[in-house]
Formats: sequence, C-alpha cells, structure tokens
Amino acid sequence: MATVISVEKLSKSYHLGQIGTGTFAHDLNVWWAKMRGKPNPTLRIGETEYNNRDGEEIWALKDVSFTVQQGEVLGIIGRNGAGKSTLLKILSRVTAPTSGKIKVKGRVASLLEVGTGFHPELTGRENVYLNGAILGMSRREIDRKFDEIVDFAEVEKFIDTPVKRYSSGMYVRLAFAVAAHLEPEILVVDEVLAVGDAEFQKKCLGKMGDVAHEGRTVLFVSHNMGAVSTLCQQSILLNKGDLQLIDETEKVIDEYMVRNTKETYSGQVEIFRHSSEKKVVGHFVRIHFRNKDGQMTQVFGSGEKFTVDLHAHLNNSIPSVSVGIEIFSSKGMQVFNLRSDSQGISLGPYAGGSDIVFSVEIPGLPLYPGLYIFRPWFAELGGKRIDDLIDGIAVYLELRGRYQSEKFIQQERGLLMLDCVWNSKKCGNEKQ
Amino acid sequence: MIELMEKETIPEIEDDNWAMIIEPQRSLFDLRLYELWRYRDLVMLFVRRDFVSVYKQTILGPLWYLIQPILTTLTFTVIFGQIASLPTDGLPQFLFYMSGTVVWGYFADCLNKTSNTFVQNAGLFGKVYFPRLAVPVSILISNLVTFAIQLALFIAFLLFFMWTGSRVSPSLWLFLLPILILMMAGLGLGFGIIISSLTTKYRDLRFLVTFGVQLMMYATPVIYPVSSIPEKYRWLILANPMTPIVEAFRYAFLGTGTVSLSQLLYSFGFMIVLVILGAIIFNRVEQTFMDTV
Repeated sequence: MATVISVEKLSKSYHLGQIGTGTFAHDLNVWWAKMRGKPNPTLRIGETEYNNRDGEEIWALKDVSFTVQQGEVLGIIGRNGAGKSTLLKILSRVTAPTSGKIKVKGRVASLLEVGTGFHPELTGRENVYLNGAILGMSRREIDRKFDEIVDFAEVEKFIDTPVKRYSSGMYVRLAFAVAAHLEPEILVVDEVLAVGDAEFQKKCLGKMGDVAHEGRTVLFVSHNMGAVSTLCQQSILLNKGDLQLIDETEKVIDEYMVRNTKETYSGQVEIFRHSSEKKVVGHFVRIHFRNKDGQMTQVFGSGEKFTVDLHAHLNNSIPSVSVGIEIFSSKGMQVFNLRSDSQGISLGPYAGGSDIVFSVEIPGLPLYPGLYIFRPWFAELGGKRIDDLIDGIAVYLELRGRYQSEKFIQQERGLLMLDCVWNSKKCGNEKQ
Repeated sequence: MIELMEKETIPEIEDDNWAMIIEPQRSLFDLRLYELWRYRDLVMLFVRRDFVSVYKQTILGPLWYLIQPILTTLTFTVIFGQIASLPTDGLPQFLFYMSGTVVWGYFADCLNKTSNTFVQNAGLFGKVYFPRLAVPVSILISNLVTFAIQLALFIAFLLFFMWTGSRVSPSLWLFLLPILILMMAGLGLGFGIIISSLTTKYRDLRFLVTFGVQLMMYATPVIYPVSSIPEKYRWLILANPMTPIVEAFRYAFLGTGTVSLSQLLYSFGFMIVLVILGAIIFNRVEQTFMDTV
C-alpha cells in the first residue's frame, strides 16, 4: 500500500467580519511584500501563531497532519464548524490553505455538491456533458460512459428534456450518476448522500463501495454515522479545526458520540444552523428532554418513561402536521421510527408565525444501555419535510433498577432488552 | 488514444513522486495554462451552454444577434448623423456607424461579461476545481460567434451599398482582420479579468464597469472619425488602444481611416502587457477568492 495523500501541518484561517485587512493602504502594504516574495507582514510569527490577534481571525484548521493509503476509504467526522468542509475544499483546490501543504498522487475529483453547474435550460444529455466536463472528464470519457450514466440514473425517457422539467428526484439521480462514473484515483465526497429517496441513497452507497473496491481512494464526509461506519474502515475526528483522533471508524464514532453527549448533556438543545440551510415553511428552535420527574436531562434509565418537547417556529400556516423521531444506535442502525401519522394522529392546524411545542411521551425504550441518536423531524401531513435534524441529538440510556450488571448488556451483544421469566426445576427423579 | 490519455493521468506510485502539491501560494508566473488546454472540452461546452441558454424561451431567438446592431446603428445614424451632423470621413453614415457598432460591440461584450467572472460563478467555483480561466476564455469564444454573425450582416450591407454605387472600397488591410479580432479579444479579456479579480474585494468596481465602458466608447472613434479630431487633441484619442483597431477595421472594409502600423503595434503591445498582467492577477485571486466573495 502506498501513501496517496499526505496532509502536512495544514492550517486555514478565515477573516471574520470585514474583508481584507481593513484599509486600502494596509492591503497595498501586504501586496507589495508579497510581490517581492516576502512573507505577509501582518501574518503571525512563531509561537503566537494561533492567537486571535485582531479578534477577526478564526482557524478553521490548525496544524492538521495525516496520511491516506491507496484504496482506503477514510471517513471525516465532526460537528458543524469542525473544519470538515474546509479540509475538503482545500483538497478539491477550491481554496488555498493558509499554511502547510497537501501532497497528492493521482487525479482528484471532488463531489462537494451534486449537479454542480447544471443549467436548467439545457437538456439532460447536454447537462451530462457539461457536468462531466466540469468534474474533469474529457468528451471522449463521457461518450464512453454516457449509456451507463443514463442507465444508472433511470432517466432514459427524459434525456432530451430540459432538466428544469425534471422532478427533484430525477435531477439528483442524474447529477449523482455523472459523478459516480468519474474514474479518478481519489474521490472526495461531501454529504451528497443526504439527497434523493432512500432506495437511491442505498444505490449511491453501493456505488461508493464499488469505487473503493476498485482500489480507488475515497474521502467521505457525512453526518450519517451509519453510512460512515459501513463505508469507511478508518476515520478521523475533527473538532474546532483540530485533528483529535485517527483510528478505526467504530472507535472514532464512539468518541464522537461521547463528546457530543457531554456537550449537550443538559436536556436542552438549542438548534443552530448554517445560514445556507434555509427552511422556508418552519424550523425547530430547541429540543427539551424531561425524565419522568420532569427534570431536564439527556440521560434516562433503560425502559423508563420520558418526554421530548420539540419547540418549533412556523413561518407559514399549515393545515396539519406529522411529527416523528427516528432513533439510531450509535453504530448507525435505525432501531425505532416513531411517527405521529403512523398512529393516525394529525396535529394542527397552525397559523403562520406561530410557535409550537410538539410533545412526545415515550413510554420507555427497551434498549441496551449506551448512546442513541435521535433525529426529530416534522412535515406537512402526507407532504414535504419541513425540518429534519440530520445531525441528530445524542441521548444516553443507562441501566437502572433490577438490571445490575452491565457486563453482558452491551450494544455489541444486542439492542433490545426483554424481561423474561426464568425458572428451573429438577427433573428425572420425580418419583422420589 | 484513450489508453494513452489515461496513462497520462495515472502517475506511477513511487515515493516523492507526487502528482500534485497543494500549497498556500504558488509562484507568480505559474499560470498552469496547460491545464486550460486539458479542459478544452469544458471551454467548448461553456460556449455551447451560453449560446443555447441565452435565447431559449425567446420568440425571435438568435435573430436578436441581428436586431441589436441594426437598431443601434439606426439610432446612431439618426442622432449623431442627422441631428448632430457629425462627419463620417465621407462614408455612408449607415455603414460608418455600423462598422463602429459591430467592432465596439465585441470588445464591450467581452469586457462586460468577463468582468463578472468571479462574482457570477461564485457558486460553481466554490464547489469544484477547474482552471478558472476557462470561463473568461469561453466568453471570448461565444462572443466571437455573435461577432461573426454581426460581421456577416455588416458585410451584407456593405455589398448592398457597393452595388448601389456608394463610394466605399475595401482595402488589403482586410488581411489584418484576424489580428484585429485577436487584439480586441485580448484587450477585452485583459481589462475584464483584472476588473473581475478586483471586484472580489471591492464590489463598487462592478458599477464602474458598465458606466466606464459606455464612457470609453466616446473616447474611441465609434461615432466620429479620428480625422475629425483637431491635431492638438488627437494624441489623447490615440492613447486609447481601441482607437487604432476601430480605425484599421474601417480602413480595411470601407477604405477610409486614420491609422498607421506603428499605432497598431502600440495597441498590440498594450494588449500583450494587459493580458499577461491580467492572467497573473487572476491567477493570484483564483486561489483564495472563495474566502472573500
């Protein structure tokens, strides 16, 4: 196995607030120094490297170093703002690092978004060529793979229709299909699997797996721990720009989960989001967890009753709403799919501009102790999702009451707790 | 052929044989033009996209390419020719203004559109890498198509005027046409990418462009011939690198114009310096502009 990516002391800083150094004269000074090949006079020196000197500089990545072997599928895990996207952006050469370097062997193709450069007025066919070329394929390569791409996307009939007439599903399928048929030595993927229906997501994951089996190297960023643990043997954990852990994926995910819970232990979770994630109809504001005594916490006894309050704000009026919580094990396996509509309940109507609390009383989860990920969502009844917390919120279940020994009750050995009746009697010598 | 291309892209895996090194700043003159060549298919697809998408869902479609110069020429003929009675070197007014409009149109379009490169493509540039110069270069080419159509229209009118006996006589300077086009493309590109690089930081420049291009037209002999400018001020007009190009174009097609080879050489030199300077600045900005846009 050869090293195909070597990241060496990679750092990237961003200026917050105003752009540039402030004054034109200052800019000119910096520029003049650079033109003569001198270092930037306003840049940090030596030990004071990471000091926030003017309070405007933040480090999205700090001295990150690691290597990736050929054929490896490396997961990149971290919370929002941990530096994952920055790392991918530098790798895809969208932006340059502030210091440090990355050495790469082979062609890198990056998939930071599906359908980059798709033009709504152009037909599916034209867009396949355009998108392929943007991703670095030559015309010949696309010619060769065109049928395969269309086949994979399942849009044969509409290939000569402008993509603005496509359903969003078709659009995404076609876009992913182009990307999936790139044949770079190194593929960089960011969260693109969060789109499309479940079946197509599965197909995409399968395709990514194939890519890895062909000996290509994949770097994969996702909030979907299930996908990460299926695809990646190795993962790295980033936190606020620091590389915290590089290890087997299972261990890294565990570490990530534990960290996440510690930080959100209180039972009150405020929802922050990127400005890029605009929710039109409404959005979650905060989530509260209360135990059976009404105290706020995120740690419950296994099998104990508790309540989840989902605070949401609605911008538009909605006639009826369905609410749900998907519960995943820390390994990414879905164990529950709680949803109001499956019990025939519809909530609402609600007026636009109202604040609502959806309250879910959970009768107690008969689950083995450990971390579980809750993914709340709400939707128009029978319609589109209004908001969906893809990141998930960690909840810890611990053993209480009759169950004393944790030794055998671990998630590796099962998930569901069952109260059985255990009896014994002697047999064979009944006459005596 | 296909095998050959693939072999090129798969480097031998040996230690220290890195195919690519991503570093904070590459050297000033590392313009990576070979990459632009590798992405030539993309350039042509951009050209096609621009061409197809602009006139989709319009009634007249590509006819607009013909309507625009005719209407502008008519306006100029009425306002500057009839009302203001500006001289036209003795040429038929319609042909005089049309030659100016067509030539100036190509330069102005190139400049206007390339100067938006970074701001307009921020979404695309933020997601995937390809040589950023592919965008302005594709703009030059797609404008060239427009220019060719308009030039054909101009030639049609020229032939018509010659047939009806107007005093116009194309000259041997016609052979310079490819060079004149190259110079206009170069000037448009050079100004355009410099402005586009600067607008990533100083957005006000964008407003200046549309306005500035309009003003610059009046400093170029589009609506008047150089010969009508008093000797005393002529150097001012001649300092404009577009002046010799417009005059040479008129001299080539219509047989009248005030231009010398040395003036053209000046324009050519100006263009070369501008393009190199532009490429260097553009190259510098493309590496980090995502952080400031």
